[in-house]
Amino acid sequence: MVDLIRIELYKIFKKWRTYIGFIALGILVPLIHIAMLIEGKTTIDFMTRNIQESFVLVGNLLNTYLISYIILTSLAVHIPFLITLVSGDLLAGEATSGTYRLLITRPISRTKLILVKFIAGFIYTNLLILWLAFLSLVLGYFIFGSGELLIIDGQMVIIFESNDVLWRFLLAYGFATLGMTTVSSLAFLFSSLVENAIGPIISTMAIIIVFIILSAIQVDFFQNLKPYLFTTHIMSWRLFFEQPLDINEILKSGFILLGHILFFFFLTLTLFNKKDILT
Amino acid sequence: MIAENKVIEVKNLTKKFNNLVAVDELNLTVFKGDIFGFLGPNGAGKSTTIRMLLTLIKPDSGTIKIFGKDLLKDRLSILRNVGSIVEKPDFYGYLTAYKNLEILGKISGIDVSKKLIMKNLELVGLAERYNSKVKTFSHGMKQRLGIAQALLHDPELIILDEPTTGLDPMGMKEIRDLIIYLSKDLKKTIFLSSHLLNEVEMVANRMIIINKGRAQVEGYVKELLNKNKLFVSIEVEDGQIAFNIIKDSRWIDSMRNHINNTFEFNVEANEIPYLNKFLVENDIMVNSIIPKRSLEEYFLKITQEANNGRFNKN
Repeated sequence: MVDLIRIELYKIFKKWRTYIGFIALGILVPLIHIAMLIEGKTTIDFMTRNIQESFVLVGNLLNTYLISYIILTSLAVHIPFLITLVSGDLLAGEATSGTYRLLITRPISRTKLILVKFIAGFIYTNLLILWLAFLSLVLGYFIFGSGELLIIDGQMVIIFESNDVLWRFLLAYGFATLGMTTVSSLAFLFSSLVENAIGPIISTMAIIIVFIILSAIQVDFFQNLKPYLFTTHIMSWRLFFEQPLDINEILKSGFILLGHILFFFFLTLTLFNKKDILT
Repeated sequence: MIAENKVIEVKNLTKKFNNLVAVDELNLTVFKGDIFGFLGPNGAGKSTTIRMLLTLIKPDSGTIKIFGKDLLKDRLSILRNVGSIVEKPDFYGYLTAYKNLEILGKISGIDVSKKLIMKNLELVGLAERYNSKVKTFSHGMKQRLGIAQALLHDPELIILDEPTTGLDPMGMKEIRDLIIYLSKDLKKTIFLSSHLLNEVEMVANRMIIINKGRAQVEGYVKELLNKNKLFVSIEVEDGQIAFNIIKDSRWIDSMRNHINNTFEFNVEANEIPYLNKFLVENDIMVNSIIPKRSLEEYFLKITQEANNGRFNKN
């Protein structure tokens, strides 16, 4: 099994598309860093304009934590796209290249094949988030240093002490991985249905965008629907930056995402085991 | 032939795609050591049958036994002993020939040493290109690499689906020679699908012709291609009663096909009256006797019909 996962990862990392995500983040995050170096002070002034009359803000607010938080928020829609580039190709890519025939005529069960590819997709997702975490936190630390994390959420102003932030980020990245694995599982499901990787990428992104739009519409019907959409829970990593921590809400979101992952995985497994390979 | 010698045994195999019957109640048997020609015009159902033999697609009904085991129940143990090329040889183009074989060997669960991979590449004449990416290979080279991957785990049975398609005459000859080598020297059983009668004639000892998903004739190549013999289609009133009588007679050796009330015999022209006499004397009501042509002419006819059908559709 380990050998098979290694082979799958080897195949993934031999493809150019795999590096698009890493390169994109490798360009985007430092660009944000540069922008914040130039205009960070203005940004913080703008963010805190409503509270500056009531509070005196001291210390290094423009630090790696604030920038990592901004990056994580702003990349919530973009990272799923980078994830689907690979996950959407895991099965459809074999169909496109005609290599399904090579794989399925080997003495390996379809269930094992799906499991191996799913795990490889999961590892890729983890690595991408890890890369994001490295670029945001570690690279940001060397440029901006650490400090208190200032979060302004509507009327709420939360300030975390610098020694109270890192663990929140680590858990937030872990939770983001869970969210991105949900996206990866959905793209993987679509990937098992078609013979071209473009379809799964577009379909997954379309679903994410539609769900996000529906969640944003302030109509009761859509707001009642919102708790059941996985996109709502993808952003639940933000719960780690609340005071006090709402453990129940975090667990609820986690289980909902996990449920989605398992549902997408087992649906893929069922469909693939019944699938006629005609390519 | 005794049952233990049966490598492939297909019974009443049927596969439909929506309303299209791709394979229709197909029966065939391949014995150990055979080079079995699986012949039919394009669209006859050859690839669908092969895909079912390799579990790429599932039959709607019927059974497939390979090495005496049920394919659906013992899939993994059967596939450990089967090598194949299905239609065109596709590989991971972004990987080298060596790496492709290494990966496929590992997936097959075998210990893939460099020596083993190079031995197989040498066998198909690709040893010098072992480090080249497959996307740089010509169709012929990919076809040869396809054979190398099929042989990698030293299978007993090799299923080749139109392995000479797209090759030049020299390439076709090389593949034919390789097939004969695999059979004669390495004692492999080979299931060779083709739409070229002369190709099958050159390498196979037994063959079946299928058309529109149904078996037309099955037997020994030399016998079937005997130009002195004709194919005779005989329609009787009650096929079952007739079969019970024929199976105990000498005519069973000449019988090539039996579908409902229609029988096909491969006999010499002067034997036809005796066959008719035999049936009538056994109280079998004969509705018609239609002498067909030699197998070559017959195959040409069904191939032309298949092509005409395709052109008409366009």
